[in-house]
Amino acid sequence: MDHKDQQKNQQMHVKQNKWHETWRRLKKNKTAILGLVILIVFVLVAIFADVIAPYDKGIKMDSKNRFANPSFQNLFGTDAYGRDVFTRVIHGTRYSLSIGFFATILSMIFGIPLGAISGYYGGKVDNIIMRLVDILTSIPAIMLSLVVVTVFGASLVNLIIAIFIARIPADVRVVRSAVITLVDQQYIEASRSGGARDLHIIIRHILPNAVGTIIVQSTMNVGQLIIRASGLSFLGLGVPTPAPEWGTLLSEAREYLRSAPHMMIFPGVALILVALSINLLGDGLRDALDPKLKS
Amino acid sequence: MNDELLILKDLEVVYKTDFETVHAVNKINLTIHKGKTLGIVGETGAGKTTTALSILRLLPHTAKYKTGSIFFNDEDLIALPEREMLGIRGDKIAMIFQDPMTSLNPIMTVGSQIAEAILLHNSDMNSQDVQNKVDEVLRLVGISPDRKNDYPHQLSGGMKQRIVIAMALVCEPELLIADEPTTALDVTIQAQVLAMMRDLRDRLGTAMIMITHNLGIVAQICDDVAVMYAGEIIESGTMEEIFSGQNHHPYTTGLFGSLPDLSSLRSRLSPISGLMPDPTNLPEGCSFSPRCPKVMEICYTEKPKEYCFGTHCIKCHLFGS
Repeated sequence: MDHKDQQKNQQMHVKQNKWHETWRRLKKNKTAILGLVILIVFVLVAIFADVIAPYDKGIKMDSKNRFANPSFQNLFGTDAYGRDVFTRVIHGTRYSLSIGFFATILSMIFGIPLGAISGYYGGKVDNIIMRLVDILTSIPAIMLSLVVVTVFGASLVNLIIAIFIARIPADVRVVRSAVITLVDQQYIEASRSGGARDLHIIIRHILPNAVGTIIVQSTMNVGQLIIRASGLSFLGLGVPTPAPEWGTLLSEAREYLRSAPHMMIFPGVALILVALSINLLGDGLRDALDPKLKS
Repeated sequence: MNDELLILKDLEVVYKTDFETVHAVNKINLTIHKGKTLGIVGETGAGKTTTALSILRLLPHTAKYKTGSIFFNDEDLIALPEREMLGIRGDKIAMIFQDPMTSLNPIMTVGSQIAEAILLHNSDMNSQDVQNKVDEVLRLVGISPDRKNDYPHQLSGGMKQRIVIAMALVCEPELLIADEPTTALDVTIQAQVLAMMRDLRDRLGTAMIMITHNLGIVAQICDDVAVMYAGEIIESGTMEEIFSGQNHHPYTTGLFGSLPDLSSLRSRLSPISGLMPDPTNLPEGCSFSPRCPKVMEICYTEKPKEYCFGTHCIKCHLFGS
C-alpha cells in the first residue's frame, strides 16, 4: 500500500471511528443494551401489529365475553366491551411510539435553535425568546390541545402537534442551560480568537458538546409525553375511540380496577417498559458519547 | 522602512456596568516591531489581559473603547468592521491563552481542531492539503503526526499547550499574543515550551506579545518590556534597560526586589506592601502613590508625565526636571 492509500485509509478510519467508537462503548453497557433490545421489540411489535394480532379483534365488541380473565383465546383478557385487550395493547404500540418519537423530534427542531441562540447571545435576544417561551408555558397543555382539536379536529397528527408545541419550552430551557455552561469555556474564546464566526462556534463547538445533555433530557421525558398524550385521549382530545391508544385503555380500565385489573395491568406494564427502555438507552448513549469517560 | 507592526495609541478601555465603571486600561501607548517580542509584565489586575483582548476585539459587551486607536499595519482595528476582523483573528494576529487544559474542545480530536484553524482562513483548501499542513505544524511543535486523532484528554499539559501553539501559528500570523502561556505548566515543561516558542518565533519571524508576571520568562524571550500597573504603562524599554541600569520606577524596583534570591541568606521575602488600587476608584495623582516608598507631595495630586532616556521611558515624578 503506497503512502497516499495509507493516508486515505487513515482518514476513513478516523471518520468511521467516531460512530464505531460510540457503538462499541454502548455495547459494553449492559443496561443500555437491555433498553435498546426492549425498544426494538416494541418497534417490531408496532410494525408487525397486524400480523401478530389482526385489528378487527381489537375493536369488535362481544358483549357475551366482557371482562374475561386472561386465557388462551384472550392473552390479556377482554375489556368492558368484550374487546381483546392483547390486540388493543399491540396496536396501541403504534400510537405511543409514534407520538413519543415525532413529538420529541419536532420539539427539538424548534427547541434546539431557540435554546442555542438564547443561551449563546444572552441579553435582549435571550430575554425575548424566554418571554415568548414563558407565554407558551403559561398556556395549559389541555387548553392548547383543546384549541388545536377544535380548529383542526381530533386525530393522531393533531395530537402530536398539540404535544410537541407544549413541550417546546422545556427543550428550549434544557438546550439554553447546556449552552450557557459551555459559552464561557476557554476553547470557545480560543476558537473566536482564531477567527470563527458565531454560527460556526454554535454548530461546531457548542451543540456537539451539549448533545449528551440534550439526549438524556429529551429521552427522560418521552415517557411523560406519551402519558400526556394518554391524558388528552381520555378527554377526547386525542385519537378518537375506538383507537386503542394506551392512555385510552388505561382510562377505560380505571372504573374496573378492582373487578378486572387485567385491563389496566397490561397496558400499564407496556407503557412502563417503553419509557424505561428509552431512559436506559438515553443514559447509555450519553455515556457512550462522552470521550472522557474511560471505556 | 516601516517596521512598526502594531501601535497602541492612547488606548483607554473601560468596563461599564449599571453600578460602576472599571478603568481597566488607562491611556497606554505601545509599539511592537516586526519580528520582535514585547513582554508585558504586571501583577494580576493590572490590565494586561484586557489590553490583549482589546487588540483582537474579543472583549465582552460591557467593555467600551473610550479613546485611542490600535494601528495594525497602519489600519485602525477599532474602526474595522467585524467581518474584516474575522479575517485578522487567527490569520494575521493569533492569541494563545493561559490554561491549555481548557483551551481545547474536549470532544474534538486535536488534528481536527488544527484543521479547523486552517480551514477558517483557507476554506477552499482540499482535505489532503489540510491534512498535510496539520502534519507539518505538528512536527514543527515537536508532536508526532500519529497523535492527531487523539482527544485532548489523552495528551499531557505540555503537549496540549504545544497543540494550542500549533493552532495559533498554523496560518503564520504576523503577531502572536501569548497570555501567560506557561503559567499553568510545571517548570521543566515551561522551559521546553518557552524554548520551542523562541525557536518558532525565530524561524517564522513572528512578532510576539508575551504577557506574564514571571520576570524569568521575560529575560528568556523578550526583546522589549513594558511594565503595567493599574492600567498604565509605568515603565518601558528594551530588556537590558529594564533588567539593569539604575533608573527605575519604584514599582519596578519593588518587583525585582521581591524576587526570592537563592544565593543569599534571608529569612523574609520583601514584597511590595499594599494592594493594587480598585479600578473603579483610582487614586488622584499617581496610581502607585499609596504604596510608593519614594512618594512625594506632588505624587498625590498630579499624574506623572512620561520621562524618556532614549528608548527607556518611566512615568514617575522622580525623574521630572
